[in-house]
Amino acid sequence: MSVRITRDDVAHVATLARLSLADDELDTFTAQLAAVLEHAEDVAALDLADVPPTSHPVPLVNVLRPDVPGPTLSPEDALAAAPQAEDGRFRVPTILGEAP
Amino acid sequence: MTDTDPTGSADRSVPTDSLGNPITVPDSDDILVVSAADGSRWELVCGLEVHAELATRTKMFSGAPNRFGDEPNTNIDPVTLGLPGTLPVVNERAVELAATFGCAVGATVQRSVFSRKNYFYPDMPKDFQISQYDQPIVIDGTLELPSGHVVGIERAHLEEDTGKSTHVGGDGRIHGADHSLVDYNRAGVPLLEIVSRPHVRSAEQARAYVSELRSILVACGISDGKMEEGSMRVDANVSVRPEGSDEIRTRCEIKNVNSLRSLGRAIEYEATRQADLHASGDRVVQETRHWNEADGRTSTMRSKEEADDYRYFPEPDLVPIDLGAERVAAIAATLPLLPAARRARLAEVTGEARTAESVVVVVERGQDDQALAALAWTTHLASESEGGPHAGEPDVAGRFMAEVVEPLAIAVAPAPKPNAPSPDSSAPAESSADPSAASAASVARWVLTDEGLAAAREASDAAKARVLVHVTQNLGAEGGADLSPLRLAELVAMEVAGELTATQAKQVLAELVDDPAATAGSVATAKGFEAMDTGALEAQVDAIIAANPSEWEQFRTGDPKVRGKLTGFFVGQVMKATKGQADGKQVTALLQSKAT
Repeated sequence: MSVRITRDDVAHVATLARLSLADDELDTFTAQLAAVLEHAEDVAALDLADVPPTSHPVPLVNVLRPDVPGPTLSPEDALAAAPQAEDGRFRVPTILGEAP
Repeated sequence: MTDTDPTGSADRSVPTDSLGNPITVPDSDDILVVSAADGSRWELVCGLEVHAELATRTKMFSGAPNRFGDEPNTNIDPVTLGLPGTLPVVNERAVELAATFGCAVGATVQRSVFSRKNYFYPDMPKDFQISQYDQPIVIDGTLELPSGHVVGIERAHLEEDTGKSTHVGGDGRIHGADHSLVDYNRAGVPLLEIVSRPHVRSAEQARAYVSELRSILVACGISDGKMEEGSMRVDANVSVRPEGSDEIRTRCEIKNVNSLRSLGRAIEYEATRQADLHASGDRVVQETRHWNEADGRTSTMRSKEEADDYRYFPEPDLVPIDLGAERVAAIAATLPLLPAARRARLAEVTGEARTAESVVVVVERGQDDQALAALAWTTHLASESEGGPHAGEPDVAGRFMAEVVEPLAIAVAPAPKPNAPSPDSSAPAESSADPSAASAASVARWVLTDEGLAAAREASDAAKARVLVHVTQNLGAEGGADLSPLRLAELVAMEVAGELTATQAKQVLAELVDDPAATAGSVATAKGFEAMDTGALEAQVDAIIAANPSEWEQFRTGDPKVRGKLTGFFVGQVMKATKGQADGKQVTALLQSKAT
C-alpha cells in the first residue's frame, strides 16, 4: 500500500495542470505532497469497512432546477471579456492536437 | 486498490469494466472474422459509447437555451462561460430523461454523483467538464437487437457537452490551422453517455445497436437522435482476438464516426489493422484513433499515456442525485411502447416475422402506427363495400369506429370513391372527411386500442402485404410519414380489388403525398388508370405468346431458372403492349397456367 510519491509523479501532475516547475520546486513539492499522502495513509490504516465514502460534507440530495429558460448574455457582452474575438466567436491560439 | 498482486502483470488479472465488474463477451452466430496478412483469423470484440444530447429546453447546469443551429454565442450565460462566482444547478428534466432511459433498457437507476473531469482545451471554458465517474445514474441494462442478439449496457451517465471549434487556415483542419474560433452555444448542453459492454461482435450488430438505441431515445422523447446534427455521436472500442479464443486484448477507441455506414466501415478497417499487428508480432497500443471517412482509415489521435489522465474528483458544487425507488417506478410507468414491443405488435398483426426487414424498417422509422391504422381502415372499407358500415362478423370494424374513432373525433367517412357507384354522394363528405385533420396523436391512441388492432388483424393478407410494401418502399421520403392512414387504406383497397396495378398504385401514392386534397380514386381517374378486365388481359398475353414462339417454347420446357428469366421478358412485353396497365402478378399467373 505504502508507495512513496516520486519526483517524476510530481513532474507528471505538474504537466497535467500546466504548471512549469523549476528543479528546486519539484524537490520542495515532492516532499510536501509526500507528507500530505502520509497523513492520508494514517486514515487508510483504520478499519473503515462499515463507513460509506463521503463525497460531500452536507447531507443533501436532489438540488434541482426546473427546465425553464433563463436570461442569456448578448454576444457582445459575452465576447467583451475575450482577449480576442472574430466573427461572433472567441478567437483562440492554434490548438495543438484533437479534443480529448 | 484492487490491484494488489505485486507479481501479477496487468494482462493476467481478470479484466474488469469501469465499475469493477468482470468483462464478458457473448457468443453470436454473427461474428466478424478478419484474416491478417499471414492468413491467421481474428474475431471482433467491440463496445460502443453513444453520446446523446438530451431533448431539454435548457442546459445541464443553467437556464441558457439548448437549441441547435442558432447564431454563435447567443445561447450562453455566465455559467456556460464558467465566469468567476457562477455555480451549476442540475436540470431536473435531464435527470428524468436519464432515468427514463434507464427504465427503457431495464437498468438500475441509482444514486449518482457528479465529478469533475479536468483537462485544458478551449471547448470548455471552465477547463473541466462536469460528468459522472464512479457513480453514474444508470447501470446494468440490456438492449435486444431486432436479430435477437442482446448487448449489455454497462452504464449511462449525465454530463455536459462542449463548445464547437472552427479551425481557420490549414484547410479547416486542426493541423496547420492558423487559429481557432469557438462557439459556446453547445457548451453545457445535457448529454447522456451510454456505454455498452463489449458485446458487439460484427459491424452489422454495431449498426443495429445504434439504430435500436436511436429508436428508443426518440420513442421516449429522450433525444432527437439526429446523427447528422451531432445530437447523437458514436465512438467504437475495437479489439480483436484469435478466432475461437476467450482473450481480451488491447482495444483502441475510434472517434469521428458520423454515420451508421462509417461505423461499419471503421470497425472493419480497425479490426483488420489490429489483426495484422498481432499477426506480425507487433503490439496494439491502447489509444484513441480518428476515423477518416475520405481515406477509409483510422489514425492515431493521441495515446492513452499522453492525455487520458483526467484527475476526476467529486464535483464540490453539486450534491448527489437520488430519485428514489418510487419516483423511478413512476417514470417507468410512463414509458411508451418500445421499439421491440412495437415490432412484436406489427409482426403479430401482419403475420410477418419480427425480424422481417419490413417490420424492422417500419418501426425504425416510427411508421408502424401509420401502417396499423391503414390496415384498420382497410378492414373498415372492406366491411362497408360488403353492404353496410357495420357489415361482417365479428363486427370489429363497426365497433371500433363507434366506440373509439368517433369519440376521438377522427374523420369517419371515407372520401367518395369516383370509381365506385356512390349511393350517398350527397353526404357532407367533403368537409368532414378530411383525414389529415386526424392528429398523429389521435391515430396513435386509436391504433393502440384493442379494437383498432383487432380491425387491423382482420385485414386481408393482400392488404397487409401491400401496406408494408408501401410504407417501407414508397413512404420513406419526405412527407411520406405524414400521409394519413385512411388515404393509404383507400389506395390499398383499390389495389386489392384489382382496380390498380402495383406500378399504378406507386404513382398514385406519390400524388397523394404531394397533394393533400387528392384521393386515391380521384388520382386514378385523372391518370386514366382503369382496371383491365381479365378477358382483355388474357387476349394480350395470348398475342404476346403467339408473337414470340421460341421464347414461349423455352419458357414451357425450361427449368425454374430459365422460366424465371423469361417471366420477366413476357411480363415486360405485356406491360409495353398495355402501357403499364396490366397487373404483373396476374400476367405471371396467366403465363404459369398456360404453360402447364
